[in-house]
Amino acid sequence: MTWEIKSDRPIYSQLTELIKLKICSGEYPLGSKLPSVRDLAKEASVNPNTMQRALASLEEEGLLVSNRTVGRFVTEDISRIKQVRNQLAREHVKIFLENMTRLGFDHEDIVSVISEMEKEMRE
Amino acid sequence: MNNILECRNLTKFFGGFPALRNVNLTIPEGRIVGLLGPNGSGKSTFIKLCNELLTPSAGELIIGGHKPGVETKKIVSYLPERTYLNDWMRVSDIIEFFSDFYEDFNPDKARDMLKRLNISDRDRLKTMSKGTKEKVQLILVMSREAKLYLLDEPIGGVDPAARDYILDTIISNYSENATIIISTHLIYDIEKILDDVIFLKEGSVVMSKSVDEIREETGKSVDSLFREVFRC
Repeated sequence: MTWEIKSDRPIYSQLTELIKLKICSGEYPLGSKLPSVRDLAKEASVNPNTMQRALASLEEEGLLVSNRTVGRFVTEDISRIKQVRNQLAREHVKIFLENMTRLGFDHEDIVSVISEMEKEMRE
Repeated sequence: MNNILECRNLTKFFGGFPALRNVNLTIPEGRIVGLLGPNGSGKSTFIKLCNELLTPSAGELIIGGHKPGVETKKIVSYLPERTYLNDWMRVSDIIEFFSDFYEDFNPDKARDMLKRLNISDRDRLKTMSKGTKEKVQLILVMSREAKLYLLDEPIGGVDPAARDYILDTIISNYSENATIIISTHLIYDIEKILDDVIFLKEGSVVMSKSVDEIREETGKSVDSLFREVFRC
């Protein structure tokens, strides 16, 4: 997954979201060690202080655990990760539903277009 | 947190023309600061004052507890807009030159970075492309373990790939707790690596804020805000 930063929102909150996604998708597995702040900042081409701020807020949310001497790790608390995954999914669905309503779709239309597309994509 | 640079009512006249007017700034350690403004807004004048290439007409400028001079040159690593190195010099000459001048210069670090770009010790500056020359200069400047880096238009005349290389080199090589001040008008490319921005307009500071503060308050990137503030 690439570090795509959009221009209309604070960089630090976008970094938080991207790292959450990387954790939920398993790119950063449960209990694994994260690269150093500098390495992450370089990878994302962002300011190290901004990366530091994003990591600190993820620690506060209980997704990362830091150990002063060894570094920063992804939590081993699988239920916490499931919670976050659920929360991210709800945000996506909310935007999706808003867009579909704007297109004039009602509940049944939405359900039918989803099953139709799922079928097509399986084929 | 300690401040690496402070100035009060800093003013510089060229004849009757004010290039900088009553500039007040406090810049802490450990920040990457963008000094932004259109051509002629006073960016280079400010950086030259910090390097004692110019002296103030009025006001005060303090870097690491000293006025610009011998003491500050020990802790300030400066990348000028135009090179002061001679074209006939080889890479090995320049490395010797820097080792001789600056106690905090790390020649091994410079050699290592040059090697990764396939630049040989024997290469002369005059045989290099503009982009390569800029990279060599930046490598020299970033190989000092300085407290303050002053980079005047480091990405001015180079292609986008070289820009990325330069920005990567800056964020991965400055020493811990050091501050970097980068002057540029190419904001789009540089915005993501900055903590704070200072907008200069006709010699005065019109805004001094963090990048994320600006994005939070305006819902715009610094680049779009700049285009609004300086619309011609």
